[in-house]
Amino acid sequence: MSRTAESEAETARIRRNWALATPALLLLFAGAAGPLLVVVVYSFLTPGDYSGVEWDFTFDAWVQILFARDIFDDTLRLADAHLTIFWRSVKLSLLTTLACFAFGFPTAWFIATRDRRQRGLWLFLITIPFWTNLLIRTFAILEVVRNQGLLNTALMKLGVISTPIQILYTDTAVLIGMAYVYLPLMVLPLYAAIDRFDFRLLEAGYDLYASRWQVLRRIVLPIVKPGIVAGSILVFVPSLGAYVTPRVLGGGKNMMIGNFIELQFGQGRNWPLGSALAMVLLVIVLVALLAYVRAANRTGGVDVH
Amino acid sequence: MKRLYLGGIAALMATTAATTAHAEGSLNIYNWGNYTSPELIEKFEKEHNVDVTITDYDSNTTALTKIEAGGHGFDMVVPTHTYLPIYIEKDLLLEARPDQMENFEHMDPQWVDVEWDPGRHYSVPWQWGTTGVAVNKSAYSGDPNTSAIWLDTPEELKGKVNVVPEMQDVMSLAIMYMGGEPCTSDKEVLRKVRDKLVEAKADWMSMDYGMTERLGNGDVMASVNWNGSTFRARVTNPDVVYGYPKEGYIVWMDSIAILKDAENVENAKLFMNFIMEPENAAMISSFARYANGIAGSEEFMPEEMQTAPEIVVPEELKAAGKFNQTCPQEAQDLYTAIWTELQK
Amino acid sequence: MSTRTFSVTALPGFATVALVAFVALYAPIVTMVVYSFNGSQSVAVWGGFSLEWYVRAWENTAVQEATVRSLVIAASASLIATTVATMAALGTTRTRSFRGQTLIYVMVNQPLMVPEIVTAVALLIVFAAVRVATGWSGLGFLILAHSAFCVPFAYLPIRARLEGMDLSLETAAADLYASRWQTFRHVTLPLIFPAIIAGAMLAFVISLDDVIITEFVKSAGQDTLPTYMLGQLRRAVTPEVNAISTALLGLTVLLLTAFFIISRTRD
Repeated sequence: MSRTAESEAETARIRRNWALATPALLLLFAGAAGPLLVVVVYSFLTPGDYSGVEWDFTFDAWVQILFARDIFDDTLRLADAHLTIFWRSVKLSLLTTLACFAFGFPTAWFIATRDRRQRGLWLFLITIPFWTNLLIRTFAILEVVRNQGLLNTALMKLGVISTPIQILYTDTAVLIGMAYVYLPLMVLPLYAAIDRFDFRLLEAGYDLYASRWQVLRRIVLPIVKPGIVAGSILVFVPSLGAYVTPRVLGGGKNMMIGNFIELQFGQGRNWPLGSALAMVLLVIVLVALLAYVRAANRTGGVDVH
Repeated sequence: MKRLYLGGIAALMATTAATTAHAEGSLNIYNWGNYTSPELIEKFEKEHNVDVTITDYDSNTTALTKIEAGGHGFDMVVPTHTYLPIYIEKDLLLEARPDQMENFEHMDPQWVDVEWDPGRHYSVPWQWGTTGVAVNKSAYSGDPNTSAIWLDTPEELKGKVNVVPEMQDVMSLAIMYMGGEPCTSDKEVLRKVRDKLVEAKADWMSMDYGMTERLGNGDVMASVNWNGSTFRARVTNPDVVYGYPKEGYIVWMDSIAILKDAENVENAKLFMNFIMEPENAAMISSFARYANGIAGSEEFMPEEMQTAPEIVVPEELKAAGKFNQTCPQEAQDLYTAIWTELQK
Repeated sequence: MSTRTFSVTALPGFATVALVAFVALYAPIVTMVVYSFNGSQSVAVWGGFSLEWYVRAWENTAVQEATVRSLVIAASASLIATTVATMAALGTTRTRSFRGQTLIYVMVNQPLMVPEIVTAVALLIVFAAVRVATGWSGLGFLILAHSAFCVPFAYLPIRARLEGMDLSLETAAADLYASRWQTFRHVTLPLIFPAIIAGAMLAFVISLDDVIITEFVKSAGQDTLPTYMLGQLRRAVTPEVNAISTALLGLTVLLLTAFFIISRTRD
């Protein structure tokens, strides 16, 4: 093939690829990416009376994320309430990630060390909760932690307590709910990493008289680290932006960022602030994802699928 | 395979069309949650061959926000009397002239010429009631007739109190507790109110709705709540009592109105006329357990509603009830600012 | 050598924790399923086996409408998303990298990276403006939104299949003077078909389950099953919701089992 014929074929190929990809690009622009741009614009406008915006350009919304003007003496202070919500979100997300790891690592290890035939079944069992509707899973936890729910009823019947423990509407309830909902997301990448682990290294460790804990700490963990990172990101990111679980289990008082954003589009009547907060959340999430990609590339990549 | 798939979708779409096309017309009502009698709707649907859809909201602010944003698809809305003038001012309501409708004669005269809708050109009374405090006797045996339950929470109730996020009601109750007049713009008083609210919030468990069920099943031990909702909670859970805060409590009325951009205006007018019939008004009251504004409906309502403590205000507490009007803009802005701070 | 068998792979306490985790994962769901058949209302009391709540849910017109709506949206979104995703996958795999390929990849997978609440408010803003401007408020908005976020779920399995495919069959077809379209229709398509079906099913499940985006984007009377349940959850926790949840769960399990079987036969 001559040079020009080659480059012609090449151009045709590229054009064809773009043509094939265009419907997807259009759909996603209309239904996802485009609206995000609108959000950025809205974050620089002024709130309308009860809803919507007035087209007055201002930085107010962005300032309001961290600072609040006192109603009575007009001084600018640090918005403690906002910081509380951010802190609660980050704290709960980190705790959720930890809880998921504590339960998820042994689970992944367990599945990966079953014999081949059984493994498919265990994987299937772990996947079902993952694909179950988020609402159903949150609802199931609600039934467990309510004052007259499973946990309290069982404890009262056993005589451990006499009046129900108030778990619902506390940070604890939200934590339990999120850990429950996101556990499978930690298990799957961990399983993938452990699956690739060469168990002969363990044998070698034991031959050298290492204890089980030493083997775990010095051999296993460093090698499956990419899986740990993947799982942690997969749990941390969605839990940071969680909305349904804190809403149902938190009672409107223990808000996380997601609920706080929603408030601005409802009773809070401040669309620009809501837009600005949404952007902040998006940026945090993208930074976390970028960190993951960096880490993954450094250690040779992890297949999460 | 693909053909099967497409065929399946076509079948599903046909089914959707089928399930919604059996009535002659439709009506979309936007109302408070748990506030519309299903029996009433069924009766209306049968009598007038209209398909009614009810969407619910839990606060005046949410409703107004959604309506003002436009593109909502609703025909009717049920605002509280303090919000109705705002709707009228924003030109969101249709001047439906219920006062010219057939059943208008049944309206109780005291509710006809009201300040927020003189002569009733826009709205028809839905229900009216009071906002007070609901307490579960088993958790607290003290006097329930005080706002101290949620503003200076007693020891036994700390961490078990809920406050419904209805700004107007909560602000008015709090202002009266601190000795002010509802609708005041006095910054000194409001500063104290703000501080008190923020301080009290630490002892609250939640700021949520749905108290009828939650008080009923023991998830919540005390709450700022409306009388009818508390009445229904008491029916499921006899330990619940309703208190009229002696520092001051709110009396309010919700009225139903037609939205200016309603699609089904004729059906909406039919519905308005329909509920002015004493028998139908009684259905509304029997369900949600509030009083209504139609004379002659009492004879159709259950016995217990005549004597229930949630409906009959004790003599000594009657004076503390305030039927406040829409507050001036300045006051509203201040309240909104305080409320926003509180909500976080 | 010691006579006690030494398991290389066992780690202290891990099996216990794992089993506890499995039990903890399933206990709430199983409880919910069991109590959906409970004759009495409360969790504490067992009132005998009863299908009452299923009957009630079945007869509830709001539930019926919501279910049909959910299914229609899921089917439409899945169809659109899978078609679009298949084309995109064909355009971005097994090809020398061209400029902008990463952009396409990022755009297509964007819903996986952006928190749902952010997309939800973004769509709320845009659709509200469109609704006011055009006065139209049909199901189209929901279908558009669902199609968009379902694309990555359809895209990834198809892409995975394409990457793992052996090019030799297609080369053979080309050698036999088959046109590009013929090669695609008779060689490539049948080979990736299981992956397309798998992607479509995943997209269907994802659309069926969506709560947040639907909650923000819907108009009057456009409840889907999950948003209906969310509304109910904020009030009573009746066993009716249990019944609906169990039914939805059953459907998901069915679809997933089918997905697993298809993936197995492929291998």
